Amino acid sequence: MRSARSSSYPLASLDDLRQLQTRMAAALMQPLNRQDRLKRQTKADFIKSNDRLSSFQRLEIYARQYWFRLLDCLYDDYPALRTYLGASKFIRLCESYLAKHPSSSWTLRNLGSGLPAFIKESGARDIAKVEWAQTLAFDELGLPPLCMEDLMQVDPMHLRLSLQPCVLLLELDHAADRFITSIGKSMFDTRAGASQAKLSQRVDDPILRRPPLKKENVHLVVHRHQNQLYFKRLDRGAWSLLASLRDGSTLQDAVQTAFETSKSSASEFAQQVQLWFAEYTQLGWFTLPQPQTYPHPL
Amino acid sequence: MSLKALQEHASLGIGIGLRVPHYRHILEKKPICDWFEIISENFMVDGGRPLEVLESILEQYQVVQHGVSMYLGNADPLDLDHLRKLKALAKRTRTPWLSDHLCWGSVNGRFSHDLLPMPYTMSVAKHTASKIRQAQDFLEVPLLVENVSSYAEFSQNEMTEWDFLAEVVERADCGILLDVNNIYVSSQNHGFDSLDYLKSLPHHRVGQIHVAGHTRLDHVILDTHDQPVSDPVWSLYEKAVNLCGPVPTLLEWDDRIPSFDEVQAEALKARPYQLSEADRSSIKLPS
Repeated sequence: MRSARSSSYPLASLDDLRQLQTRMAAALMQPLNRQDRLKRQTKADFIKSNDRLSSFQRLEIYARQYWFRLLDCLYDDYPALRTYLGASKFIRLCESYLAKHPSSSWTLRNLGSGLPAFIKESGARDIAKVEWAQTLAFDELGLPPLCMEDLMQVDPMHLRLSLQPCVLLLELDHAADRFITSIGKSMFDTRAGASQAKLSQRVDDPILRRPPLKKENVHLVVHRHQNQLYFKRLDRGAWSLLASLRDGSTLQDAVQTAFETSKSSASEFAQQVQLWFAEYTQLGWFTLPQPQTYPHPL
Repeated sequence: MSLKALQEHASLGIGIGLRVPHYRHILEKKPICDWFEIISENFMVDGGRPLEVLESILEQYQVVQHGVSMYLGNADPLDLDHLRKLKALAKRTRTPWLSDHLCWGSVNGRFSHDLLPMPYTMSVAKHTASKIRQAQDFLEVPLLVENVSSYAEFSQNEMTEWDFLAEVVERADCGILLDVNNIYVSSQNHGFDSLDYLKSLPHHRVGQIHVAGHTRLDHVILDTHDQPVSDPVWSLYEKAVNLCGPVPTLLEWDDRIPSFDEVQAEALKARPYQLSEADRSSIKLPS
């Protein structure tokens, strides 16, 4: 065993360890400068130097890896937003987001959860909302679905349904779904590898043409069916019905709310509701309410 | 920990890290492979495609779980949400053991998602061993801790990395996942002799070995897992097998991943080293 070295940060207790880890984390998680380097004034005296690298340079390896890894994750989760903003604006946005919202979860899957709410520009925000909904729909729980027969046997005054956790409802001011479809985003990846090393920031894929983002009021469902992700546009009445059910209304109250947004007659509307339920039960969207709720920050 | 539980699987053979670009090939061609190692966190989800793929793999292959987020060296307590999900996945996969890294990665609820090196002191070794015991008791599956590659050392270090590792696993009564590439990378970055490291470990606790490729830069070697295993690492692997026996061995390839056949061919270079000396004398070893 070697003798203990003198250090201004002794490690005699758990609090000492926490302080050391807090210091190092603070150094790693501060934004890099414009050259992707650690800020010069960063103290690295808790790291040993060697014959090739100073304490600062050794700490900087970890700082760069931290930022490249997290930016890489957002790069993968928000490709359409990156296309819309362009590479440099996207990176600047992500850096500001991560500086204010460092990861608070053991899984990188949740890293971008707060990005939609962080974005001020409405077009970019709508694209981010849809991309975050895709992340959720990809691996959220799929509960046993209810079929039409299940629904027919219960009094609608008392029946409460839930939407599957992998079925997400969005109201948008832009046709973000069309934008995403046109750039051909794929969703079949995992985040963690056994190596955490990142040599450099990823160079942006070439974008041939940025598709237009049209302003349009869209009522959208992002859902998973047979483990594939889909978008489905709904009319306002159907979306409102589903949103009410999701939020805990009885079937009767949800239908009434939807009817108030409709211009159809009562009989036409009743017929329409039947068609909606036939379709949505076929897609497996309904399930029984679960004790746990799924608050998604959309 | 029951070292016996590890010994029961000592003949598992040569495994490959299960990675997305190979899913289709594996599911369609069903290639012969002794076992697959999964990154636990990639399957600690509630539903969807990842679990569908996992179920198909489990129908055909032995799966062993390897984690990247337990952060046994954190000053913060263990994350119960993470452990519960990990335990549920272990029940699903029937993994013979679970492994994670001897590192820290988060503090005060903020996550770096990196495998950060530990300060090597006795008080930290005691703290870490205590957390490993807690985790192992909760998970009810033997736990192996893996040595990480590192690019920095703390000024507070009181002992060598290998003494620290030995102290931790003896106190925790857990196994070791010995990453020989990580030993090599750290030995180059910090200027120690990798053989000193190998010789000083409690060899009976080594339940699995990792090999991988690395990237040599001007002043540092990074553990990138993006290329074949280097000759010095194969040489170190041979010495590790001589000391620890032919324990289950896995090749990690995480970036710039080539075809499944290429990865498998690289992994199978470990096979001759696992043979007895008599059998080996009739075979040409790769390095």
